[in-house]
Amino acid sequence: MSKVYKYGNNVDTDVIIPARYLNTSDEKELAAHCMEDIDKDFVKTVQPGDIIVAGMNFGCGSSREHAPIAIKASGISCVIAITFARIFFRNAINIGLPILECEEAVKNTDAGDELEVDLASGVIKNNTKGLTFQAEPFPPFMQRIIDAGGLIASI
Amino acid sequence: MGMTMTQKILASKAGLDKVHAGQFIEAKLDLALGNDITTPVAIREFKRTGRTSVFDREKIAIVPDHFTPNKDIKAAEQAKLLREFAKEYGIVNYFEVGEMGIEHCLIPEKGLAVPGDAIIGADSHTCTYGALGAFSTGVGSTDLAAAMARGTCWFKVPAAIQFRLKGKLPKWVSGKDLILPIIGMIGVDGALYQSMEYAGDISSLTMDDRFTVANMAIEAGAKNGIFPVDEQTVEYLSEHASRPYTVFEADEDAEYARVIEIDMGALRPTVAFPHLPENTRTIDEVGDIPIDQVVIGSCTNGRITDLRIAAEILRGRKVKKGVRVIVFPGTQAIYLQAMKEGLLADFVEAGAVVSTPTCGPCLGGHMGILAAGERCVSTTNRNFVGRMGHVKSEVYLASPAVAAASALTGRIEDPANI
Repeated sequence: MSKVYKYGNNVDTDVIIPARYLNTSDEKELAAHCMEDIDKDFVKTVQPGDIIVAGMNFGCGSSREHAPIAIKASGISCVIAITFARIFFRNAINIGLPILECEEAVKNTDAGDELEVDLASGVIKNNTKGLTFQAEPFPPFMQRIIDAGGLIASI
Repeated sequence: MGMTMTQKILASKAGLDKVHAGQFIEAKLDLALGNDITTPVAIREFKRTGRTSVFDREKIAIVPDHFTPNKDIKAAEQAKLLREFAKEYGIVNYFEVGEMGIEHCLIPEKGLAVPGDAIIGADSHTCTYGALGAFSTGVGSTDLAAAMARGTCWFKVPAAIQFRLKGKLPKWVSGKDLILPIIGMIGVDGALYQSMEYAGDISSLTMDDRFTVANMAIEAGAKNGIFPVDEQTVEYLSEHASRPYTVFEADEDAEYARVIEIDMGALRPTVAFPHLPENTRTIDEVGDIPIDQVVIGSCTNGRITDLRIAAEILRGRKVKKGVRVIVFPGTQAIYLQAMKEGLLADFVEAGAVVSTPTCGPCLGGHMGILAAGERCVSTTNRNFVGRMGHVKSEVYLASPAVAAASALTGRIEDPANI
């Protein structure tokens, strides 16, 4: 069971991990500042397994892989959004941060809801509201990278 | 059904006769690029592959430009990692401080991007080289690591939006005033997973205008922005590049997701208000916005034409008391050219400071950070929350002409009023 952090549209990588912290690539240091420019409580309250739910174009802006690294290292188990910015999408797949696109789930989920996600089937259950959603499964090409454990492991 | 310009380049690099939107391909790369923020992670991932050599020592470029000259000890350690990696693996195109520039100004200047190339860079503004008729796109550090190992990258072939241009840019209206209204029109995700392909009469756009327009494709969520190759491109290449190249053109019957016609003669100086590049207003609609700082430069607008425009406005005049103006030329060569033309003297005499080439202020790294409540007019590319400093600071994106005019009056200003 995972608690939801809910954000709006166009969450950019500058707010996910501000550039002032990019003088390191240490994942724990990055995680300590994850989301701090839009949600100061995030790092204080996030628990392993929690889920970020957001609107359109999540992860837009800079190509910094530090953004998905910070999210993953903070303990987030999955990001569900209506759409992802394309570089963030690649980066998440490449480092093994689970992501799903599902508009219905986003529209019917609030902050603090309890979600259960089955990545293999793309089924998202909102146990707080008693609703079930189906996310688009990954195309086989990407599933192979995910199954291998990320891009580097796949080559 | 024919192919777009981007699709033709990708087909060629994938060794296929034909590709279609949505298809996954593996393309051979002509260049893989990294900077001092993204390359340290790429080096870590590259070493995990166990390889003892890179795919091609001449097809990798490493440019320490973001936090250089090193802003603090941690940044210095990251830059050192790059330097040592470049030495260990014999990376030919490593550019140390003194040779370097802002990567997307430097790479075309050094002739490392030519028409028909497929280029990736672990920096989102790698899409800049579309100005030269290349396919180029931003990726992350792990993609860069895999590219350094294998010389290839996977892509989902994009659909495209075609922008049919006509007319000529009026006085004080430049490439920035073309791309900002486009982003305002289609939104920051308006071209998500797509190409932005320019067509029509592009003759009034200088190469520097085209670099600005292609550079900000990512601000509309696009995979790449790309211009056809014309006489100006060929002339630019004759001055900068020695590598042979292939010119690709979109098929007559290429399919576009959307076609947008733009009369450049009707464009106005445009400003993007906080906190998204899509929040655009023409200069006639901005109202009275007092400012604290002006930044002129970056991979978007740090080229010689940009500096000439700014200098033309600032020459013989004085920056408004209380406004801080920071000019940062894109590369050492641009810096030197600006010096020879007397532009740097124009800036200093007006009361501006001139910085070494660096990405510093654009991303809130160093050399011009904003305090709470401060406003900056900037020729850079992003105005997100906290982008240039404090989360309660504000960034207004504009052209070099608007930025320079604003420096003189201390409010967002129409250059025609100067």
